[in-house]
Amino acid sequence: MNLLWTILAPFAAALLVFLAPPRFAKWLALAACALAMAAAANACLVRLQDFDAALWSFDRNWIEAFGIRFHLEADGISLVLILLTGIVAVAGVLCSWNVEKRQRAFFAFYLVIIGASSGVFLSRDAFLLFAFYEMVIVPKYFLIAIWGSEDREYGAMKLTMYSIAGSALVLLGLAVAFGASGTGSFDLLDLASVQYPPALQTWLFPVMFLGFAVLAGMWPLHTWAPTGHVAAPTAASMLLAGIVMKLGAYGALRVAMPLFPEGFALWRGVIAGLALVGIVYAAFVALGRRDLKFVIGYSSVSHMGFVLLGLAMANLWGLRGAVLQMVSHGLIAGLLFAVVGRLLYDRTHNRDLDALSGFDLGRTLPGAAVVFTLACAASMGLPGFSGFAAELSVILGVWQSDPWLLAPLAAGILATGAFTLRALQRSFFLKPASDAPPPDALPPLTPAEIAGVLLLLAGTLAIGLYPGPWMALIDDGLGSPLFDALLGGPLP
Amino acid sequence: MADALPILLWLVPLLPFAAAGILAFLPDAAGRRAAPLAIGAIAASCVCAFLVFGTTLGGGHEAVAHRAFNFPWFTFGEVPLQLGLLLDPLGAAMAAMVTFVSAWIFVYSIGYMETDRRFGRFFGFLSLFAGAMLLLVLSNSLLLLFIAWELVGLASYLLIGFYFDKPAAAAAAQKAFITTRIGDLAFLLGMLWLYSDAGTLLFYDNGAGLLESDALASLAGITTGGGLAVSAAASLLLLVGAMGKSGQVPLHVWLPDAMEGPTPVSALIHAATMVAAGVFLVARMHPLFSVGAAPDEVAPALAATAWVGAATALFAAIVAVGQNDIKRILAYSTISQLGFMMVALGTGGMGAGMFHLIAHAFFKALLFLSAGSVIHGCRGEQDIRRMGGLVKEMPWTFLTYATGMMALAGFPFVFSGFWSKEAVLHSAEQWPGGHGPFLLAVAAALLTAFYMTRQALLVFFGRARKPGVLHPHESPASMLTPMFVLAAGTILLVVVGTPAWPWLESYLAGHPASLDFGALIRPESLKLIALSLALVTTGVGLGWKVFQREDSDSTLPDPIEHRTPGLWKALGAALYFDAFNNAVVIRLCALCGALAAALERFFFLPLLALGESLGAAFARITGEADHRALNRGFNGVCDALRSGASATSRRQSGRPQTYLRAIGIGMAALVFLYLWISW
Repeated sequence: MNLLWTILAPFAAALLVFLAPPRFAKWLALAACALAMAAAANACLVRLQDFDAALWSFDRNWIEAFGIRFHLEADGISLVLILLTGIVAVAGVLCSWNVEKRQRAFFAFYLVIIGASSGVFLSRDAFLLFAFYEMVIVPKYFLIAIWGSEDREYGAMKLTMYSIAGSALVLLGLAVAFGASGTGSFDLLDLASVQYPPALQTWLFPVMFLGFAVLAGMWPLHTWAPTGHVAAPTAASMLLAGIVMKLGAYGALRVAMPLFPEGFALWRGVIAGLALVGIVYAAFVALGRRDLKFVIGYSSVSHMGFVLLGLAMANLWGLRGAVLQMVSHGLIAGLLFAVVGRLLYDRTHNRDLDALSGFDLGRTLPGAAVVFTLACAASMGLPGFSGFAAELSVILGVWQSDPWLLAPLAAGILATGAFTLRALQRSFFLKPASDAPPPDALPPLTPAEIAGVLLLLAGTLAIGLYPGPWMALIDDGLGSPLFDALLGGPLP
Repeated sequence: MADALPILLWLVPLLPFAAAGILAFLPDAAGRRAAPLAIGAIAASCVCAFLVFGTTLGGGHEAVAHRAFNFPWFTFGEVPLQLGLLLDPLGAAMAAMVTFVSAWIFVYSIGYMETDRRFGRFFGFLSLFAGAMLLLVLSNSLLLLFIAWELVGLASYLLIGFYFDKPAAAAAAQKAFITTRIGDLAFLLGMLWLYSDAGTLLFYDNGAGLLESDALASLAGITTGGGLAVSAAASLLLLVGAMGKSGQVPLHVWLPDAMEGPTPVSALIHAATMVAAGVFLVARMHPLFSVGAAPDEVAPALAATAWVGAATALFAAIVAVGQNDIKRILAYSTISQLGFMMVALGTGGMGAGMFHLIAHAFFKALLFLSAGSVIHGCRGEQDIRRMGGLVKEMPWTFLTYATGMMALAGFPFVFSGFWSKEAVLHSAEQWPGGHGPFLLAVAAALLTAFYMTRQALLVFFGRARKPGVLHPHESPASMLTPMFVLAAGTILLVVVGTPAWPWLESYLAGHPASLDFGALIRPESLKLIALSLALVTTGVGLGWKVFQREDSDSTLPDPIEHRTPGLWKALGAALYFDAFNNAVVIRLCALCGALAAALERFFFLPLLALGESLGAAFARITGEADHRALNRGFNGVCDALRSGASATSRRQSGRPQTYLRAIGIGMAALVFLYLWISW
């Protein structure tokens, strides 16, 4: 199956939904996302069977005046990330089954985000990548501003302003790099093959990296994430935490770092420091918040800190762990938001940890309790779930480069355990006050919801129990000459 | 047989895991069917464990002593990261013990949990717990051991918090998880260190394993900060991990609270599964702990183990004297006995430590099950001050309890606890590193007999202090049978551990044991047997003298409380470890959380708001400027046009005379103009 489907199917469906009656919109979206997921999964399996085969690629002239090409290519890193996109997309549609308001527009925006994200993960032309990257911003705004909950205008606007500021930095970086390279090409390999003067790298790398890192939720530019998550409808939270935050980290890995390796070497200490602060700080904020969606939002910031930390280590384990953590966190964050937003909030209309005990959710929603317990275990990085393999790899990378960073990291891991258990216990397992009225009966879980969360759960368990194939794909991607300068030579 | 062996070995942990997996998806309504499934799985696993145990007997050949079955988990570059199972005497003996004791605790749970709504879920969690522990003891890789270790932690969290609507249970579960996680992080660091310097985490791998001589020699050869070898530093980190899991001071605080779980869980945690994991880790890594020291020297990691163990043994024994909850006394006794095991391992007595671990597993499971039977019979009462005289109502429970109690207190000759404790003291006494641990252990042994006498007296003897309230009754056969089996095990284990036939020690060391009754009457054995006898007699005698009473007043202060109320208060508060944690550590964490949240709310958001208002102000300034400067011209033109237009429109009044007048004036003006021009 052609990988172009991962981009074409969502975009085509985004147009088609307007031709069909509104009630078919979700089926159309489901079909498109399932097609994208199947294409990605199939490509992963094919690649796993033969790593020596040529990479799938699609290369056409686009804007010849600037040497811009429509160049897509699927190495292992792109493959695992489009598979993640497909899985989260399908789960997100399943968790949006109850959307009633302007369904066609909702799924059209949703599908544009999916298609554009796949486009970012597959692009090998820097300008094409940037075009797809920009395409994500606007639908995100409308999803939150129209279908969001409290403070939605504020949340949507803040998120959009941060994204646009980040994009501006990236665009600046690309323009200067294009001019300085003198190759007349926007192809990433061409741009990365040039030795940019150190003075240029020193200032251009942080500009570009910062542009991408905004979207990855790097401290202290992270505040858009929690407010955005809180305001967003469930599916948008899932996409935001599951995929959109990965776009930033991916851009840093695919564009900023390979283009300016010397600038990166100069700044990696700062990046590592900010990542660590983010991990520890966000975990403590989560420990202090009462709104469950805020807690999950900050946990996302904390977990994305592991991605940035892995990137900053600039060794094989660090990069490998960073990519695996992107996939792992995509699945786990999607799962957490699905439980909190769809299973819980849509039924109780309450996210306050001090008030949820009144619903006695451990008894009234036992299925959700089991899923949320497993999701929390995954989020704490317990073995058997993807977070363990990913965070262990990052920790191994840290150990090899800067072992003393492990001391603050340990504090972050402990705080993660503490806030996760606190949220789990207070949301589901607190006995209601004895004088409280008996909780209303809540509607039982629907098949669509169950399918959605089970899909995500299966993904995190698959990585956790047998990370072998995922690691192999990621290593395949890291073997690209693009990363030679970062890793100090080609992989063995 | 050779081909079936790996399958059998894998079945040992996988059967309980499979049961747990199936039970996780069964609804609560199907609960009753859970027990046969879970018990069937653990029994089958027990059979497998004994079969593989059988193949390790009569070994002694080095190649047979460590049979590893590895498989790659993932490959990076050309090097696969392997996990695997290991069959050796240490793991096989542990697996046999764990499956056997667990199976009987499972059986006991049928009766104990009979009325619980979440019966099925309970058996699912129990299966997960047992499976994780079995994976831990059979693992051939430090990484796989760590994975199982974390799963044990997860299962214990679920089980301790099983009565989740009881706030104390929920708090205890979190405390256990977080406290042991501190240890887990140290474990993780130690593991990373070993991996980066040895390049493998497999224990045995045909000479290339971590615990084989090449890797050990290279690890001992690299020195790090403070002149410590990497092997020693990593061992110390692993020791911290073991201290968390095995409740060593100061990471012991979670263990007494853990008895908030249902009693079969306490039995499982205290005997077979959870706390044994830490001791097992030290035993498993013993080659690493001991490497690098000359024969008459003391390896630093082992010295630390011995001292930590000795301090824990004595500390917990002291605290146990001042507790009133029947299960809490047993919990502190567990901590104390774990200290004994650590002392044995630290002073080089591998056989002694493991013998005490296995003997303790039997008699502590027995004690908890008996205590559960007492609680069950007294309708949930756990305060021993309100019991008394139960020997008449619960004779069978008394019998089994007494067996466990005498084994724990170290009653001579027919109880395994006597011989295992004697072995521990023997090992401590022979230690070249000093007499400190030995003396602390001796004091702890004396106190053990003392506080166990107190508990037995208050529960079973004297008069009933709450007559007519408790209505004690004997427990059903499904609960009594496992107690009898464990009691028999407690006594029968004597056979394999006396100095006359130290079978277990020889088996673990990999050479055949020889029967030699002469060993019993050698001077060094006799000396220690006499010491043990003196300790237990003094302890029991003192206890009897202090605590024996015939009154029926449940509010009477304890004799120690009566004499030294200050000491009693300190003992009751477990020497203020928890108070310290609550006052300082917990508050500090809460403070950090609140600070971070406040920083977020009062710094970053205001900063953002400031940016926003600055932006808005800038916008207003530019807007004004725009308005005043650039717009003026445009507006001015517009205004002029508008006023001109309105002036014009005023003329349009609709009155004919005005129009005529205007026309007249216009005509006159035109005529005048014409004349002027043409003139």
